[in-house]
Amino acid sequence: MRAAGLDIGSRTIELVVVQGVPGKVVSSAQVETTPEVAADCRRLLDGSSFDRLVVTGYGRALAEVQFDAASVTEIKALARGAHALCPGCRTVLDIGGQDTKAIALDGSGKATRFEMNDRCAAGAGRFLEIVAKALDYDLSAFGAAALKGSARVQLSSMCAVFAESEVIGLMTRGRKREDIARAAHDAILRRTLPMLDRVAVEPPIIFAGGAARSPCLAVMLEERLGHSVFIPEDPQMVGALGAALIGVEGPARETGREPAERLGLH
Amino acid sequence: MSKKKDYTAMWKDLGIDLAAHDGLLEVLSSAYGEVFLSQSDRPKGLGYFDLLVSEIHGRRIEELLEAKKRGGKVFGVFCLYVPEEIILAADSVCVGLCAGADVGTQHAEQVLPRNTCALIKSFVGFKLARVCPYFETCDLLIGETTCDGKKKAYEIFGDFQETFVMEVPHTKSAQAQVLWRSEIQRLTNKIEEISGKEITAGNLSESVKTVNAKRRALQRLSALRRARPSPISGRDALLINQVQFYDDPVRFTEKLNALCAELTERVAEGTGVAPAAAPRIVVSGCPMAAPNWKVPFLVEKNGATIVAEESCVGERGTRNLVAEDGETRDDLLDRIADRYLQVDCACFTPNTERLDHVVEMARDYEADGVVHYALQFCAPYTIEAYKVQKALERENVPLLKLETDYSMEDAAQLDTRVQAFLEMLE
Repeated sequence: MRAAGLDIGSRTIELVVVQGVPGKVVSSAQVETTPEVAADCRRLLDGSSFDRLVVTGYGRALAEVQFDAASVTEIKALARGAHALCPGCRTVLDIGGQDTKAIALDGSGKATRFEMNDRCAAGAGRFLEIVAKALDYDLSAFGAAALKGSARVQLSSMCAVFAESEVIGLMTRGRKREDIARAAHDAILRRTLPMLDRVAVEPPIIFAGGAARSPCLAVMLEERLGHSVFIPEDPQMVGALGAALIGVEGPARETGREPAERLGLH
Repeated sequence: MSKKKDYTAMWKDLGIDLAAHDGLLEVLSSAYGEVFLSQSDRPKGLGYFDLLVSEIHGRRIEELLEAKKRGGKVFGVFCLYVPEEIILAADSVCVGLCAGADVGTQHAEQVLPRNTCALIKSFVGFKLARVCPYFETCDLLIGETTCDGKKKAYEIFGDFQETFVMEVPHTKSAQAQVLWRSEIQRLTNKIEEISGKEITAGNLSESVKTVNAKRRALQRLSALRRARPSPISGRDALLINQVQFYDDPVRFTEKLNALCAELTERVAEGTGVAPAAAPRIVVSGCPMAAPNWKVPFLVEKNGATIVAEESCVGERGTRNLVAEDGETRDDLLDRIADRYLQVDCACFTPNTERLDHVVEMARDYEADGVVHYALQFCAPYTIEAYKVQKALERENVPLLKLETDYSMEDAAQLDTRVQAFLEMLE
């Protein structure tokens, strides 16, 4: 049995193909999300062979219909993927493009509680991208600069749009770029830590999603939590891996859910 | 749908904005088809309620106007704390007003801050956009000092339509009971003044029986939903709880009892709306005024069945009856005051009755989980959610907390949360 997991996020789409139980990774790939989501998925799936497809991420309802696939939520997929990468994992933090998720696990890859940010992308990866752009950093340099910054500046706005004007205001007042970069990372943490507290943080902790690539966030997170944090080699693949593993482990249970197109959501 | 009577002239006489109103009815009719009529194997007795909804701005308004011609008055209310019994005793009609749709928001935001809960914006919006024939039929609106938002909004609302505001205390102390009893008296006097009818022990005793019969029928519906599988969907049961605020109470009771007889047979046959193994959910929190069907629709579309509502539009409004043993008018008003102060709205402090009741409902309805539904900017319910969570944690009942409004902008995010919650219950 070979299963593919497809994680359709707001910024990127990931594909992981696994073979057999316990699930050996055969291939993985990533593309950026464009307005033509179905075409993006097709591009990624072309050339891969598998017996079963499980989709997750915000685009799952679309893919469920387009590719006649089973679907699971990001929460379930992340929990399963995290357990595979970090056996016995108890806490997942995933900071993606527009969502932040904190998930408590039971130690066997099953979610027991979760928290997600409300509505807008405040405190999610998109916020970091916008602030980096306002400061004229590329993403890799942004985290490195923030590590060098001091904690003298605070960014009070969580809204990405307002933060951009706040950043410009700080620059005109002569604040250092590194300090503002650090403040942006700190703002994300101020938003994220209460979510982690609400699900109750227990080690081992895994940090996933595009924002886990930031060296600064990982360091600050470990400092604040007082625990070491495991960052997978490819933190954006955790959801797709989880979906693929759920695929090889058996058909999704009949949930009685009505077809996605009837939900009127997409 | 069969060709319906044309009510344009009636709406025009009431001062309704016809174009906006047509748009509203169109949206409602399509939502109704999607949320309700698309369900398979619905109980036949729901036919009456479907008809009632399709005529909610038509025939039902005509009936109110006929009642007015016969000398009755129409009183509009926004909340469970206004005793319907006193209105009925004055040979008048009580209607619960529309506050469950994203309608007239632009109008409402001319007078209210943006960060006002959707329910308050909605009732102000319905009035200012002139799309609710109920408002325009009312002789008096009766508000209440439940939350700060409503309290202050009624001050503004009073500029557009006469509004009588009852003072609802925020504790259940002995002094609060005295205050509340005096407010019941003040309301009685006001209703007598507007209706020109004397409220007596005789007509009050009759109306207490009428409203108790209605609540008993609603309690019977609730009890039937304890069956596994439930013989009726949560959406349909919510709808019945919503339309009880509009319909004639005697007719409603008769039709609901007929439906309950049918549901009793379904339970005996084991006929349900979902497989017996489908997750059973209790919804707890803010009122879901018609036509607010957003969260129940998402929950049930994802394969779960809602088996009860711990809500103003649900058990909070139906579980208590007025004692029928009063002999004098004052006795009866005492009983009414006692009953209405038992309603456990989050505007009270402390509100332990509600916490106990949520736990009790989760147990009695064999719920797999509770969905706590709160409107954004509703301080009482969003804050009390913490206490609800703690109470349910002690009983190991899983809880999903949702905070939302009437717009569809967060539908996809809510869908993810609901699905993830149901996955956790598997």
